[in-house]
Amino acid sequence: MANFFTDNKELKFHITHPLMKRIVELRERNFTEKEKYDYAPLDFEDAIDSYENIMSVFGEICADTLAVNAESVDIEGPSLIDNRIHYAKGTVENIEALKKAGLMGFTLPRKYGGLNMPITLYAMTAELISRGDASFSNIYGLQDIAETINEFASQEIKDIYLPRFVNGETGAMVLTEPDAGSDLQRVQLTATYSEKDKIWYLNGVKRFITNGDAEVSLVLARTEEGTSDGRGLSMLLYVRDNTRTIRRIEEKLGIHGSPTAEMVFKNSPAILIGDRKLGLIKYVMALMNAARLGIGGQSVGLCEAACREAEKYASERMQFGKAIIEFPAMYEMLSNMKAKTMASRALFYETARLVDVYKIYHHIEQERQLFKEEKEEAKTYQRLADVFTPLLKAVSSEYSNQIAYDAIQIHGGTGFMKDFPVERIYRDARITSIYEGTTQLQVVAAIRGVETGAYLKRIEEYSARAISHSLNYLKSILLDMTNEYSKMVELVREKKDNEYTSFHARRLVEMAGNIIMGYLVLDMANQDVEYKELTEVFIKLGKAENKQKAEYILNSDIKDLGIFKNITQKAN
Amino acid sequence: MKNLKIIVLAKQVPDTRNVGKDAMKADGTVNRGALPAIFNPEDLNALEQALRIKEKYENVTITILTMGPGRAAEIIREAMYRGADGGYLLTDRKFAGSDTLATSYALSLAIKKIDYDIIIAGRQAIDGDTAQVGPQIAEKLSIPQITYAEEIFSVEKGEVTVKRRLERGIEVVKAKLPAMITVHSSAPECRPRHAKQYLKFKHARTTSEMQDASEDYMQLQKDRPYLFIKEISADDINVDVNWVGLSGSPTKVKKIENVVFTAKESKKLGSSVEEIDELMKELISNHTIG
Repeated sequence: MANFFTDNKELKFHITHPLMKRIVELRERNFTEKEKYDYAPLDFEDAIDSYENIMSVFGEICADTLAVNAESVDIEGPSLIDNRIHYAKGTVENIEALKKAGLMGFTLPRKYGGLNMPITLYAMTAELISRGDASFSNIYGLQDIAETINEFASQEIKDIYLPRFVNGETGAMVLTEPDAGSDLQRVQLTATYSEKDKIWYLNGVKRFITNGDAEVSLVLARTEEGTSDGRGLSMLLYVRDNTRTIRRIEEKLGIHGSPTAEMVFKNSPAILIGDRKLGLIKYVMALMNAARLGIGGQSVGLCEAACREAEKYASERMQFGKAIIEFPAMYEMLSNMKAKTMASRALFYETARLVDVYKIYHHIEQERQLFKEEKEEAKTYQRLADVFTPLLKAVSSEYSNQIAYDAIQIHGGTGFMKDFPVERIYRDARITSIYEGTTQLQVVAAIRGVETGAYLKRIEEYSARAISHSLNYLKSILLDMTNEYSKMVELVREKKDNEYTSFHARRLVEMAGNIIMGYLVLDMANQDVEYKELTEVFIKLGKAENKQKAEYILNSDIKDLGIFKNITQKAN
Repeated sequence: MKNLKIIVLAKQVPDTRNVGKDAMKADGTVNRGALPAIFNPEDLNALEQALRIKEKYENVTITILTMGPGRAAEIIREAMYRGADGGYLLTDRKFAGSDTLATSYALSLAIKKIDYDIIIAGRQAIDGDTAQVGPQIAEKLSIPQITYAEEIFSVEKGEVTVKRRLERGIEVVKAKLPAMITVHSSAPECRPRHAKQYLKFKHARTTSEMQDASEDYMQLQKDRPYLFIKEISADDINVDVNWVGLSGSPTKVKKIENVVFTAKESKKLGSSVEEIDELMKELISNHTIG
């Protein structure tokens, strides 16, 4: 029996991270539930032990069921029959296995039958699943909407719908429309309230809906007649019935197991979640941030799968009388892949922990008033999470593409064939830098972390942590990189030109990312010498990359933008 | 239906499927220390059959019985994580060295102390591959036995209906309860551990395991009696010491052969039609195929 949790030591490192103590204490409200539920933890150590237990059950299913089914799921895909989407056989088995193991309703409170697991651990499930079958992470990951219902819906709605997720029903977030993709303010699907029936009715078309045929969906709809922007949109809960038509399911490059539907709603009954007009501004933002964290996990899982496939092949494949892994071009590529995977994983769990803390405060706030210092703490973590989430999404999804690309390269011609899993991994990775906001849009959100100094402040906090003497040479590289980054930020800022800032935004965000990830892996090396070599590889790689970006910024000027515009607009 | 009590017999075995280079000692015996201890695979198939009965009918309880050293309590916990209600560990130094006859003697005495309607066990354990313990227990208890079971269809009106997997087909048979059923590896695999059951039972301990437990833990077990795994000793079941352990085991190992496959035994073949024809004939004549 293979196990994707126990065979990766880094996962345990992240479960036992010091910030977990705070997360567990808050989440378990001083372990009061142990009197009521026989599966609630007794104390902090017991909670961490339980998390490891649960993840080991999870990791076993990912290795023995999901990964085994991945190929057939990719080939078979879902099908549309009589207005219903049927998953591939393997996908159905995956859901059954997780259901049987009691792993649905992962983060939901125990009173609804959930496991009350922290978001950080839920995030870990996305990584484990995606290492086995990235397409399945979309289906399991849509429990996000249960979390959103738990956060914003009335008690009555929670009591009815949350136990359904625990019983294994899946969800969908129904946002995108033909003319409202990245720009969701353009959503046109209407929701009209019927005084007579005391219910809302949905009318309109939605497109690119992942898991569109889910039992429970959250739909973004225009409730305010005559409005045309985001302030007229609300969030509604819709339960599958015959009023909606699935027009088709898309043929995609990758993640074949995950159905993407175009659907038409015709007088479909729905109920309002939370307050009117806050649909896009508040609830979708919460959903999106959770989903982006999930894509981070999906990306890291794909990175891990690609690294393992590549390493296995490179050590078995003999050419010129030796295993190809012994050639410098191969061992360098593979080491860089592994270093980037470790670094993006570190960024992923750091982000998850930040999200975890402030989300728990949101829940506590519904039970009682927060103390002043608690409010402060919640705010601090939320601000950090808001700049870390887009950074994570951008970096990890781009890495998963690069690493999948390199994994095929290591396989050579064989990797281009359908005989090995890398070609599927490569196709599955491609969407990660696109959906839930493209990398370019993540940069638009992340540049705030550069401009407000939020990244720099966090970097300084990391830098203040004591580390072992033997790692000082790596820390001094990070200090130099930080100076360089600050200079570049200043240089761009001096021009006081928004378009110029946008032009260099990705470079600046990635520079910050390399330093942040550098400190996170340095922390790992500080705890366990086993991580030292990969840390060194990553930091040196980051240094070289940042130098290149700095060089580009140093040699650019506002007037350069004109050149780019000329080149691209000549055609028009 | 009135209460239905199932005993599942399970054994902790060395994982002989993942044999590394340290698997055998120089003298040819199994190096148990080098092999991870696992739940005997066919006993897991047996447990799954019991769990399915529990899902299908009301008032079914599943009790695990295992014989072995103290660490075999892990098997009972593993079964509880999957849905078993509790278990007994039959453990005593006097049992050391027992062969199948001595083992079935001890187990049958223990079973007599536990109320039961059906006993389900794996067909055989991967360390000995004898397939004798189940049938011997049935004989000692004077109850019907159904071997090579692949699926338990129903347990109704004091009868159990079972599908058997035989060499050249299947057979459906009935037996009166109480009965003994041994399950074949072609039966469905056991379900994974259930998250909530895992967390509920992870603190379950036997008396011996509690010897250096903290006061907090003692209190916990007091508050949650289901965390107590009962140990049964030879004296508890009035064992005749002459019938267990080495003295009670007539099986004598005549010779142990350490079979190592080496390249010397391999055969190089060409790709000509004649050579392939030759190979096919050889494979058919030694019954490798056909």
